[in-house]
Amino acid sequence: MPRIALEPRFQVEHLSVLDSEGNLDAALEPKLSADELKSLYRAMVLGRRLDERMVRLQRQGRVGTFAPIKGQEASQIGSVFALRKADWMVPSFRETAAMIWRGWPIEKLLLFFAGHVEGGRPADDQHDLPITIPVATQLPHAVGLAYAAQYRSDDAVVMTYFGDGATSEGDFHEAMNFAGVWHVPVVFVCQNNQWAISVPLKKQTHSRTIAQKALAYGLPGIQVDGNDVLAVYAAAREAVDRARAGDGPTLIECVTYRLGVHTTADDPSKYRSEEEVTMWEKKDPLTRFRAYLEQRSLLESDIESQIDAEIADAVQRFEATPPPDPLTMFDHAYAELTPDLEAQRAELAEREAAGPPRVGEPTPLPPRATPMRGQRMTRR
Amino acid sequence: MPKLNMVKALNLALFQEMERDGDVLVLGEDVGVDGGVFRVTDDLQRKFGSQRVIDSPLAEAAIIGTAVGMALYGLKPICEIQFSGFAFQCFHQIENHCARYRARSQGRFHVPMVIRMPYGGGVRALEHHSESEEQFYAHVPGLKMVIPSGPRNARALLAAAIRDPDPVIFFEAKALYHAAKEEVPEESETLPLGRAQVVREGNALTLIAYGAMVRVALEAADVLQDEDGVETTVIDLLTIAPLDRETLIDSVKQTGRAVVVHEAPRSFGPGAEIAASIMDGAFLSLEAPIKRVTAYDVPFVGFAREKANVPDVTRVVAAARETLAF
Repeated sequence: MPRIALEPRFQVEHLSVLDSEGNLDAALEPKLSADELKSLYRAMVLGRRLDERMVRLQRQGRVGTFAPIKGQEASQIGSVFALRKADWMVPSFRETAAMIWRGWPIEKLLLFFAGHVEGGRPADDQHDLPITIPVATQLPHAVGLAYAAQYRSDDAVVMTYFGDGATSEGDFHEAMNFAGVWHVPVVFVCQNNQWAISVPLKKQTHSRTIAQKALAYGLPGIQVDGNDVLAVYAAAREAVDRARAGDGPTLIECVTYRLGVHTTADDPSKYRSEEEVTMWEKKDPLTRFRAYLEQRSLLESDIESQIDAEIADAVQRFEATPPPDPLTMFDHAYAELTPDLEAQRAELAEREAAGPPRVGEPTPLPPRATPMRGQRMTRR
Repeated sequence: MPKLNMVKALNLALFQEMERDGDVLVLGEDVGVDGGVFRVTDDLQRKFGSQRVIDSPLAEAAIIGTAVGMALYGLKPICEIQFSGFAFQCFHQIENHCARYRARSQGRFHVPMVIRMPYGGGVRALEHHSESEEQFYAHVPGLKMVIPSGPRNARALLAAAIRDPDPVIFFEAKALYHAAKEEVPEESETLPLGRAQVVREGNALTLIAYGAMVRVALEAADVLQDEDGVETTVIDLLTIAPLDRETLIDSVKQTGRAVVVHEAPRSFGPGAEIAASIMDGAFLSLEAPIKRVTAYDVPFVGFAREKANVPDVTRVVAAARETLAF
């Protein structure tokens, strides 16, 4: 009865193609055309500029609480770039850059963060789920979509996003387990941005990497430099191709950093040092990719101003949105209005029609219901 | 017409709906090879294959969560949660997602799924295997909550739930699974969701019940007729949410008195909502306060004490007499 090591022994790889100085490992450079490289960069800049604009809009009270993505542009754009339009994208709540790449209009996202439910409706031809806020709960949905795609013999791949904090949730582990057992075409993209609000990674997990958690579920896991868009793309390309070929799911851990606040309601100075932020600013995903493109003369000069104009137009369209009709709140509770909802809708319609009570005037008492006590229409 | 118990009647509905629509799938723990711990999904995997009748890993949240994903893709999953006492491990998926996806996506997506769960006492079961928790689901906007009371309506309501475009929580009373056989037509049959049925008519009192308590209410009505000479109306809700208030109110306008019976604990339970609806709609017809006969507000009693906790005929008759004498 010997005590023996079980085979296979597991290994987890870390992939980096472009370091923070813009030095390239040419052997690992993914095959991307000049146009593709330019659009990757453009999408990352759009993600950054919109993020900064949204934080300002929030400070001005023009949108509500918002979860910025600053620092995570490479993780998002590098991964989502590997999808086809007919593939499915399942976000959490910190994927604005990836969502815009997938076709969400900027003004729709602004509407969403301004509290308009209309901002959560994907276009009819869009294979994207809306933002999901409860952490990790979207991951089983991605696995179910992938099961359904396989059941229907469609060759769609599903990519889903979450953070390092999500890997502590049961839904993460259940989703990974189901994906492994069912062998479905799903790619799990963890944006390990080091902080789940105030809790650092080392308090979130005792694992050396997040990628290794895949191994427990019998799937490949890879860690990539999440601030290196080429590395993220290379890993995503491989995972998406594997999924499409019927070879099952993958977990990609993008090691990145949330340069901004958790949400606009958060103050990170309470829990992390300026030095740490400065250290990560030196690894900015945009800086190194810009250097890479410059060396190849692929950098377009006026890209920032074009993007700013595009954002300004979207903000204008967003702000021209008429105030919402309260009565539509009943429209999508069920396929059809239930009798209760019909009555409640009528009650609200009546209140809306009456308008607000005028200040300084006493609210008129409702007419007395008759009969009153002592005049009961009963047998007693 | 064959005579079937509720297990066989539910199995017939699943079988026929799966034959009718290739998008219908069954998913849950032990639902395939084993046919479910109560055999409701018996033989389905043999007929429809393991891709459509899925023996899932043991994880309630992922059963519901992956089914949400399947439904968003256009399939119609039917999930089995082995006992309703285990559904708290997937309650977040039900409340956060099943119930809300239509609203969150403003109609772009919907979740046409059914979640079946055995509930209730009467089978000498352990903790988490005998509770009655319909109130949690009935309270959630976006969900429908159905509880049949016998083989024939169980079959018809399950078929209707599967065809419904909204998520339906479908509770099956364990005490009824093998309790009685009923004639169930072979050809497919549905009942509309959201409609209660008057199963006995009388002018003195309205008894309102659902699931396993309908039998108890009917027996109580017999006792009241035999011993007190009063005629009782019995309403079988069938759907808890959306609640068929109209049928309740119409009846109480005739009888002036109402007693609600349920196995769930009393406070904030369906009885409270039913009583409030009657107050709203039939206040001036009421001759007596509305009484509730329910389980007590205790977490768990064990089956050795279950009879003292779950409403029985004696308690319902006593409550009815108090109401009649008020």
